[in-house]
Amino acid sequence: MATMNILVAVCLVYVTFLFAVAFGAERAARQGQGGWLRSPLVYTLSLSIYCTAWTFYGAVGYAARSGMEYLTIYIGPTLVMIGWWWCLRKLVRIGRTQRVTSIADLISSRYGKSNLLAIGVTVLAVIGTTPYIALQLQSVTLSFSVFADASESNGALADMDSTALLVAMGLALFTILFGTRNLDVNERHHGVVIAIAVEAIVKLFALLCVGAFVVWGVVGGVGEMMARIDASEIGHWQMRGDRWASLIFLSAAAFLCLPRMFQVMVVENDDEGHLRTASWAFPAYLMVMSLFVVPIAVTGLDLLPEGSNPDLFVLTLPLAMGKEGLAMLSFIGGFSSATSMVIVAALALSTMVSNHIVMPIWLSLTGSGAMVSGDVRNVVIMARRFSIAGVVVLGYLYFRFSGGGAALASIGLVSFAGVAQFLPVLLGGVFWRGATRVGAFTGLSVGFVVWVYCLLLPSFGPDVLMPTQIMQEGLFGWSWLRPQALFGIEGIDPMVHAILWSISLNGLSFVLASMLGFPTPLERLQGAQFVNVYEHSSTPQSWSGNAAQSEDLMIMSQRILGAREAQALFESEARRQGVSGYLPDTTPDFLQALERALSGSVGTATAHAMIGQIVGGASVSVEDLLAVADETAQMMEYSNRLEAKSEEQARTARQLRQANEKLQQISVQKDAFLSQVSHELRTPMTSIRAFSEILRDSEKLSETEQVKYASIIHDEALRLTRLLDDLLDLSVLENGQVNLNIQQGQLSRVLDHAIASALTGSGQEGLKISRDTAQETVLLSTDLDRLSQVFINLISNARKYCDAEVPELVLRVTHRDDTILIDFIDNGSGISKNDQAVIFEKFARVGAMRAGGAGLGLAICREIMARLGGSVSYLPGQGGAAFRVILPASSAMAAQ
Amino acid sequence: MSEGRSPLFLERQGYRGRRLVDFLRILPLIGGLLWAVPLLWPSGPDSSVTTSEAIIYIFGVWFFMVLVSAVVSLFLRRSGLDLERKDG
Repeated sequence: MATMNILVAVCLVYVTFLFAVAFGAERAARQGQGGWLRSPLVYTLSLSIYCTAWTFYGAVGYAARSGMEYLTIYIGPTLVMIGWWWCLRKLVRIGRTQRVTSIADLISSRYGKSNLLAIGVTVLAVIGTTPYIALQLQSVTLSFSVFADASESNGALADMDSTALLVAMGLALFTILFGTRNLDVNERHHGVVIAIAVEAIVKLFALLCVGAFVVWGVVGGVGEMMARIDASEIGHWQMRGDRWASLIFLSAAAFLCLPRMFQVMVVENDDEGHLRTASWAFPAYLMVMSLFVVPIAVTGLDLLPEGSNPDLFVLTLPLAMGKEGLAMLSFIGGFSSATSMVIVAALALSTMVSNHIVMPIWLSLTGSGAMVSGDVRNVVIMARRFSIAGVVVLGYLYFRFSGGGAALASIGLVSFAGVAQFLPVLLGGVFWRGATRVGAFTGLSVGFVVWVYCLLLPSFGPDVLMPTQIMQEGLFGWSWLRPQALFGIEGIDPMVHAILWSISLNGLSFVLASMLGFPTPLERLQGAQFVNVYEHSSTPQSWSGNAAQSEDLMIMSQRILGAREAQALFESEARRQGVSGYLPDTTPDFLQALERALSGSVGTATAHAMIGQIVGGASVSVEDLLAVADETAQMMEYSNRLEAKSEEQARTARQLRQANEKLQQISVQKDAFLSQVSHELRTPMTSIRAFSEILRDSEKLSETEQVKYASIIHDEALRLTRLLDDLLDLSVLENGQVNLNIQQGQLSRVLDHAIASALTGSGQEGLKISRDTAQETVLLSTDLDRLSQVFINLISNARKYCDAEVPELVLRVTHRDDTILIDFIDNGSGISKNDQAVIFEKFARVGAMRAGGAGLGLAICREIMARLGGSVSYLPGQGGAAFRVILPASSAMAAQ
Repeated sequence: MSEGRSPLFLERQGYRGRRLVDFLRILPLIGGLLWAVPLLWPSGPDSSVTTSEAIIYIFGVWFFMVLVSAVVSLFLRRSGLDLERKDG
């Protein structure tokens, strides 16, 4: 009993030491001194939870029973690690960029964030892992019982259950303490990782000590050892090739898919560079771990009495040799292997259970979405703690009710085959964009069913869960459904049979269902992000923002954290950056700190999505956005309204600016007009003044001179009057105040009148006018006086400006599309192209001012025609000056 | 690659890096093949292959794989071939 007491004491000391290590690591990490906690070495050692008590004790037993086959369990992971560039690197990258928290999270996230899929994976993982936890408890209790037997205490065996219970409770406590201490954004647990790294060293050291003791202490050297091995019952190569190959494949698959391995390999990884070191260091660790297995097994078979349990050779061999200290060390090694596995497995499973089962249920029960505040954090932590306890209790119950017998010994491989069902879905999701959720469902279901039917149920032994009748005759008596000879193919090793059928049917149905279905947009988005992870990501937390967004961030944080806390956070950050006021620059550091603060209230994913929403930096998944959709929709609507408003204002401003420009233009025109008018008025005024002064001051003017000067004054006065009349006329026309006097009359009549008026005072021979009166018989309904005014102007222009020797004016009337075109074409030299552009402007005069017009005539014509609904324009290319008057159809009553 | 070396040398280095990754990729295949060799051995209680020979072969392969892997990862680090590289 003394040994037993020492053993318990050693255990307690060891556990206390682990607690201290974990606690110290957590503290160092909190104080920011945890750099060494994250070295490649620690990462490599943490991977060693692959080597559980099944390795520590079971490998020797395995070797004693089946020779070298135990090596397959370690060769598979070695190949995976050496081939890290293929797969692990991508998994780790995806895990980091997508903030994956577990393998269930990864699979559900890849397949459109399907929670149903996550639940399925979680349940499968729990089913696959529970027997494994039971196996660890069994090995610890068995090793206790060995010491109890050695100290010849009779009560020990009866205590086995309570020992297991105590161990289970202790493990649950440790996991809860260090696994749920904080809700880290990245789900990393420094304390746990450093503790399992220490345990990795302990178990390796223990196994090496036992091995070295056996080889050099018992047998006496390597050569002697080799000879003994060859002489033993496993001295010759006895291996079924199919088992060798398929078990290597199985262990490689399980290495990738085991929830606990995924936890340490992907979730707890914080530097991809660590993989580079682990790629050779972990295979080395595995190699050393398995180096002494055969020597221990052979020596145990040799020296220990017939019928001793080979699973406990590691422990019983030193005891039999009287090396109690070594046995104690060996016990601690086995204890380490068991505890580290249970801790990480419970941690990984609890994350899955709480995230994918408990939390969705809780959220739907409380009826609140992702926007609830405050207490979510506590709920998550509580869910984790209960899940950890639940998983460990499940393992304990399994151990109790399975009786802890030999049935458990084979459970390791069965469990491996169970979790290996994730492999097609996992690899398909990471490498094939065409993989869909329906495919994943189908594949997993088929694989799971085949695994349960062909391997799990038969593994409990005949007639325990699987009736012998089914085993021999198949389900419903269909012989092709025999669990160990599916489709009538017999003679395959049951394990190989189960692996072969479950994985191949799983993969086949996964691929087929994927190809037949069509993925949802979210699936396709996630698929692209996962498969092309190297294109879509650089570093996971590369928030990039600008100062303009920090106000938005402030508004959002106030809503979640409360105004005072948010302001304090922003102010302190601003002070740290040396910026005055409340708005710091949105540096990546600040964004990360803010995200962490927010995640305390709304959870990590939501906080991540919300910041991504505002900053727009890292990729945000659609579902994240949906979770905050209500809030976002409101914000978007508000910002849309603001945007619309500001757009409207911009439009108004633009219109105002245009109006202002027009006003300025008009003002300039007005000034030009005024100066023109003054100029036009001054010229005749000057001559009137000059001649009237002459008349007044000169006494000796002859009669003729007086008459001449007076007539000049009269002419100039007339010109002034005419100018003022024209100006008035133009002003009236331009202001649109003119009243049209609509009359009916013949076009020819109007032209007759116009010609008569225009040619008054000049000799008939001055301008020859040719007309085609037949065309002119059009009845018009318009302001005939105004129209006549236009004609008069055009004809008198021709009279004044036509510079031909025999001036001639052709009047041509044509009808086109219900409009009437009246062309006035003279035979002069016409108007130069440059002048054509300006002749209709006010005060525009062409050439020498021979006739002394004010230059308003054509401008008035244009205005009149505009009022009449027609137009007047210069018609180039007619040999002389040519003007075309267009009368609208409405003017013409009827063509005759 | 942050050091200011000549472009020619950089290219050569990049080329080496790629070939290194190629080697890294085929390494598990080599390992798989070497460990598949035991499939060819005669099996049974009277097998001509003794367990000690099997141990020497299998652990020899293992040691070789660890060694090569370590050397490759050393070169990988030295070549500065960034893990963030795009090609997968």
